[in-house]
Amino acid sequence: MDILVLIKQVPDTEAKITVSGNKINEAGVSKWIISPYDEIALEEAIRIKEKSGGTVTAISVGDDSVQASLRQAFAMGADTAIQVKTDSYQMLDSFGIAEALLKAIEGKEYKVILAGRQGSDSDNGQVPLIMATLKDWGVVPFAKKVELKDDKAIIECEAEGGDAVYESSYPVVVTANAGLNEPRYPSLKGIMASKKKPIEVKNISELGVSGEARIEVVGFEPPPPRPAGRVIDGADAAEKAKALVKALAEEIKAL
Amino acid sequence: MNALTQLTEEERDFFQIVRDFAEKEVRPLVMKMDAAGQFEKSLIPKLFEMGLMGIELPEKHGGSAASFFMAILGVQALSQVDPSVGVMVDVQNTLVNNAFLRWGSESLKDKYLPQLASGKVGSYCLSESSSGSDAFALKTRAEKKGDKYILNGQKLWITNAGEADIFIIIANLNPEAGYKGITAFIVERGFKGFSVSKKEDKLGIRASSTCELVLEDCEVPLENLLGEEGKGYKVAIETLNEGRIGIGAQMVGLAEAALKHAIDYTKQREQFGKPLSSFQGMQFQLAQMAIDVETSKLMVYNAARLKDAGLDFVNEAAMAKFHSSQVAERVASLAVECFGGYGFTKDYPVEKLYRDAKIGKIYEGTSFMQLMTIAKNILAD
Repeated sequence: MDILVLIKQVPDTEAKITVSGNKINEAGVSKWIISPYDEIALEEAIRIKEKSGGTVTAISVGDDSVQASLRQAFAMGADTAIQVKTDSYQMLDSFGIAEALLKAIEGKEYKVILAGRQGSDSDNGQVPLIMATLKDWGVVPFAKKVELKDDKAIIECEAEGGDAVYESSYPVVVTANAGLNEPRYPSLKGIMASKKKPIEVKNISELGVSGEARIEVVGFEPPPPRPAGRVIDGADAAEKAKALVKALAEEIKAL
Repeated sequence: MNALTQLTEEERDFFQIVRDFAEKEVRPLVMKMDAAGQFEKSLIPKLFEMGLMGIELPEKHGGSAASFFMAILGVQALSQVDPSVGVMVDVQNTLVNNAFLRWGSESLKDKYLPQLASGKVGSYCLSESSSGSDAFALKTRAEKKGDKYILNGQKLWITNAGEADIFIIIANLNPEAGYKGITAFIVERGFKGFSVSKKEDKLGIRASSTCELVLEDCEVPLENLLGEEGKGYKVAIETLNEGRIGIGAQMVGLAEAALKHAIDYTKQREQFGKPLSSFQGMQFQLAQMAIDVETSKLMVYNAARLKDAGLDFVNEAAMAKFHSSQVAERVASLAVECFGGYGFTKDYPVEKLYRDAKIGKIYEGTSFMQLMTIAKNILAD
């Protein structure tokens, strides 16, 4: 089974993000990683390949810096990689990315498209869903278990108060939730092999993507600073507990 | 020509990934393993899966066919988090795997290297209760009887012996010939007459197992000869030459960790209304520690690169081990002092690093033996 995995390269979850104008200051990010949910999707694809054969293709939209994440995908076990090259990634909205990805895979037939449930940077969670919608493919978000049969995919997801099990025909777009698996560390052999594999580069300007943004980013603002904590006073533990319960019940009405 | 510390893309990625692994998988276990004096067994399969246990082994044997320098980077990266985990990987790669690669017959390599690459830990067994630095005074005897060798004796302070399945045992096949009777054998844990005995309770690297081995009429098949009969002294000594670079890497990782802790702590700890790091007395100590760490790293990296280039490295390896173990002890000691009273407790990480550093001057040739090697080399005609 041939699987496509959507990879978004994002600032490391511990990186310090600064904003200049209405853009994230990318030059100030010291470390870039594969978005953690996408890494789970990639791991799932590799496990499926290891179990039942097929190929895993990793695809990413961005400037040449995203090749680092595609190389990591190779190191973990991806067979091929496609870079949809654009130097103005931040100008594209989710729709533009989805459109570019679809154009880049035209002529190729993937039965399963795996992606993370959302990028860990902007948390939109839209690209895979838009791709499925445009193509009229099945789509199941937030998967916690994926089983692929010859004629259908069975996907288990968390639902309000329990689990939901879906069946889909192929092609199907599945987004990975935390808990689907524990991504592996790339092996030394994988790291060494990853440097020798070619990355297919497709220039976004040659794909015939409109590039017209439907969404305009008006601005970024840091979240307000967290208000200072409060220490509950009291002579002993019992009195402190009483004061705490009183505050929870009367002031913030949590009880 | 590249700078010594300039890494290739592969080297940089590998170092970073091993470092991430150590941070996420090893860090939470460090103090528990130290207190219990027990290696966490579940870590071992992970080390194998990442290819850390067969770094230089050929691909046909399941290894990664990478450089010796790559093994050094792996040991350094792990030792920045726990030198006990660093030494497990070090012994496997720089001693056991290297001895097989250099001295093993094709059939011996075909049989054991795939196991060493995929899941079996190895041990290198030279020391005995009455032969440490005087290695050729070893008393373990081997006798050829029919279609097997029979081994008798005891080995002491054997690293990884608690977890290992494959042991390189150095014994004397012909005591009358002196060191020219010394021979190396491959013994499996399950061989008749072989047992792993007392485990040492140590000052440092407590999670790394150090055990006594007992050989009582231990039966070894003839094909499990490593190298030639009577040439085991070469196996023993020449394997340790490259092993010393690995210990150097362990000591570099340890010293880097101690320095990092000292820098972070002195920037945040305030006394007399200012961070400790703002006092020049403290700054100069940190600067001195940084110089120490840098010099030992340069020496270890250079020795490893010489080995990979196929050049003579024995003197440089001895110097690198001597210097880096001295630096590790000094830097870890100063780091404890930077932390003051806190540094003396197990609630902070530098106390353990100080204990762990001590072994560097002892195993794989004491510092005195390194000085003898260096002196012999520089005084040779």
